[in-house]
Amino acid sequence: MIAAVLSLTVLGAALGLVLGIAGKLLAVESNAGVAEIEALLPGTNCGQCGYPGCAGAAAAIADGVAAATCCPPGGKTVARAIAEKLGLDLDLSGMADEGPKLAFVAEDLCIGCCRCFKSCPTDAIVGAPKQIHNVLKEACTGCAACVERCPTEAIQMTPAPVTLPHWVMPRPLPAWCERA
Amino acid sequence: MGLMEKFFGFSWGVHPEDHKRPAADAATRVMPTPERLYVSLAQHLGAPALPTVLVGQRVGKGALLAQPQGAVSAAIHAPTSGVVAAIGEIPAPHPSGLPVLAVTLEADGEDAWADDLEACDDPFALDPAEISRRVAAAGVVGMGGATFPAALKLSSSKKAGVATLIVNGGECEPYLSCDDRLMRDEAATIVDGIRIMLHATGAKEALVGIEDNKPEAVAAMEKAAENHGEIAIRPLPARYPMGSEKQLTLVLTGREIPAGRLPADVGVVVHNVGTAKAVSDAVRLGRPLVARIVTVNGGAVRAPGNFLVPVGALVEDVLRCAGGLSREPARLVMGGPMMGMSLPHARVPVVKGTSGILALVAAEANGAVENPCIRCASCVRACPIGLLPLEMARRAEAGDLKGAVGIGLKDCIACGCCAYVCPARIPLVQYFAHAKGSLAAEERARLRTEATRKLAQARTARLEAEAREKAEAAARRKAERAAAAAAKAATEKIERVEEVGA
Repeated sequence: MIAAVLSLTVLGAALGLVLGIAGKLLAVESNAGVAEIEALLPGTNCGQCGYPGCAGAAAAIADGVAAATCCPPGGKTVARAIAEKLGLDLDLSGMADEGPKLAFVAEDLCIGCCRCFKSCPTDAIVGAPKQIHNVLKEACTGCAACVERCPTEAIQMTPAPVTLPHWVMPRPLPAWCERA
Repeated sequence: MGLMEKFFGFSWGVHPEDHKRPAADAATRVMPTPERLYVSLAQHLGAPALPTVLVGQRVGKGALLAQPQGAVSAAIHAPTSGVVAAIGEIPAPHPSGLPVLAVTLEADGEDAWADDLEACDDPFALDPAEISRRVAAAGVVGMGGATFPAALKLSSSKKAGVATLIVNGGECEPYLSCDDRLMRDEAATIVDGIRIMLHATGAKEALVGIEDNKPEAVAAMEKAAENHGEIAIRPLPARYPMGSEKQLTLVLTGREIPAGRLPADVGVVVHNVGTAKAVSDAVRLGRPLVARIVTVNGGAVRAPGNFLVPVGALVEDVLRCAGGLSREPARLVMGGPMMGMSLPHARVPVVKGTSGILALVAAEANGAVENPCIRCASCVRACPIGLLPLEMARRAEAGDLKGAVGIGLKDCIACGCCAYVCPARIPLVQYFAHAKGSLAAEERARLRTEATRKLAQARTARLEAEAREKAEAAARRKAERAAAAAAKAATEKIERVEEVGA
C-alpha cells in the first residue's frame, strides 16, 4: 500500500516537473502587439476584411500583410487608432468611409425567416418566425453580415441619419475656394 | 484684478461697439401668447426630456410636459394653458436646421396657471436639498445661454462647500439687454433669488458683477440689495467677454480657474441674474420657468426692444411683435452676435436659453471674404484664455485634431474675440467648432466600438450557454431514457419470474 502511494507520488512529481519545464521551453510566443490591435477592433468577427475574424485581421495587420484601413465597420477612427499604435503613416484618402451605416429591414419584403438575426454578431436584429424582423439602431454596427443572408433582399445598408447631437459644424471652406 | 491690469488696462478681450441702446431703454413689452407654442424637449444641456403628456390632453400653464431623464437633464413645462396638439419633430433653433422633438401646444387663450403649484412663504426654513429639488422640479436652467440645469449646480456647490456665489449681470455681448432690463425691472426678485441661492449653496457672500455701461441696472440692484450685507454689487469695466465664467471669477475674486477645472475648484459658483429670478419664482411662487425676457434687436428690426416671451413662441412671431422687419436681414441670429448661432429661418421656437433674436443687416454681419493669415497675432492678444488661435486654426484646418488639442483647443470658450479682431477675416471660431465637433464624433465612434465589443462578447456567451444547456438537456434525456429502459427491463424480469413461478 505504502509502496504504491510512494511510487505514484514520485511519478506524479517527476512528470509534473517535466511538463512544467517543457511548458516553459516550448512556449509559443504570442505577439503582445496582436492582442493590443485586436482590442482596438470591433470584435464582431464579421469577416468584411477578408481575414478569419478580428483576431486574424489583427495578426495580419501586425505582420504588415493587411493595411490599418482594412476594417470597414471600424472606419477612419479605428484606422487612425491602429496607425497610432503601430506608428504608421496613414493615408486615409483611399479609405471609403461613407460614415456609419445601419441595416434596414424593408417591411414589405421581410418574410420572417429568422436567418438574418442568427448571423448578426451583436444580436441587433429582433424577430420571430413569420413575424417582420427589425433592427435595433443602437446595437447595429453596420457590418452587413445580414445582407447576404436575406432570401428576399429585404435588408439594405442605409447611412445612419444625422441627428442634432451628432451634427458637426462643417469645416469652413479655405480662402481659395471662395475666391474662385 | 492684477496690478498690471490696474495700470495698463486689460490684456485680454475686445471692446466692440455695444449697440445696446435704444433697445435697452425701451420698457419691457409682454408678448401676447401666440395660438400655437412649440416647446422643444431638448432646450437644456444634457439628455432631452421625456414627454409625460398625451396628444389631446388639456394642461394648465406651468403643468409638467416632460420629465428629465438621465443625470443631466431638466423638466419642461407648459408655457400657457391649452391642449397638446402634437408631439413630434420641428426644426430646431440650431444652425443645422435639423429636427428636434417638441410638444406642440394649442393655447386656449385663458393663460391660467395650473392649480397644483407648490408655493412657499419662507424659503429660508426649507432644507437646501429641498430648494434644489424645487428648482429642479421647476425646470430652471442657466439663463446666461449655457442652459446647464441650475439645481445640479446648486446641489454640487453645496457638496463642494463653495464660499462665494458670483452672480453674472455682466451681459458683455453687444446688442443684448435682456439682463439689463431684468435688473432694472425686477431687482428685488433677483436679490431674493440670490438670497435663496446663498441658502441653497451654503455660500457666505454673493458678488454681483455688472458692467459699468449699465448704470441704471447698477443703481437698481444697489437699492434692492442695500439691506443685505452679504450681497455686494460690483460694477465692472465693460470688456468682452466679461460675462464668461472664467473672466468674471478672475476679475471679481482674483482667482484663476485652472484649465479643465470648474469654478467650484477655486471655491466659487457662477449663476446668471436671470437664473436668480427664475429660482425666486420657482421657490416662492412654485412657478416653473416658462417665459423669459428676449432682446429683439438689429438693423432690420423696426421697433427693437425687450419682450417677455413664452418659451416655444416662434421667432417669426416674436419679430412680428417687434414691428416686423424693415428689410430682409443678412443674418438671423439667436443669442448675441459674438457667440450666438445663425438661424436657417425664422420658423424655429424660442427656448429657455434664448437671450436675444437679432436680425442683422449686411453692414452688421461679417460677410467679408476670408484672406490668408498674415500672422499678425492680433488673435493671440485678444484671446482671454491665452491660447494661440492662429496656430489652432491651422491645425484644425489640416485635420490635425491631436495637435489642436495639444495647444489648448479644449480650453477655448468660443467667445469669438479672435475672429472679431482678425484683419484677414478668418472664421477662426468655425474652425474650432468644427474641430471640437470632430473630436466629439471620434469619441462617440470609440465608445461605439467598445459597446460593439461588449455586444459581441455577450452574444458569444449566450451561444455558449445555449449550447451547454442543449447538451445538458440531451444528457438528461438520455439518462431518463436509460432509467426508463432499465425499469422496463426490471419489470419484465419480475413478470417472467412470476410467470415461471406460476
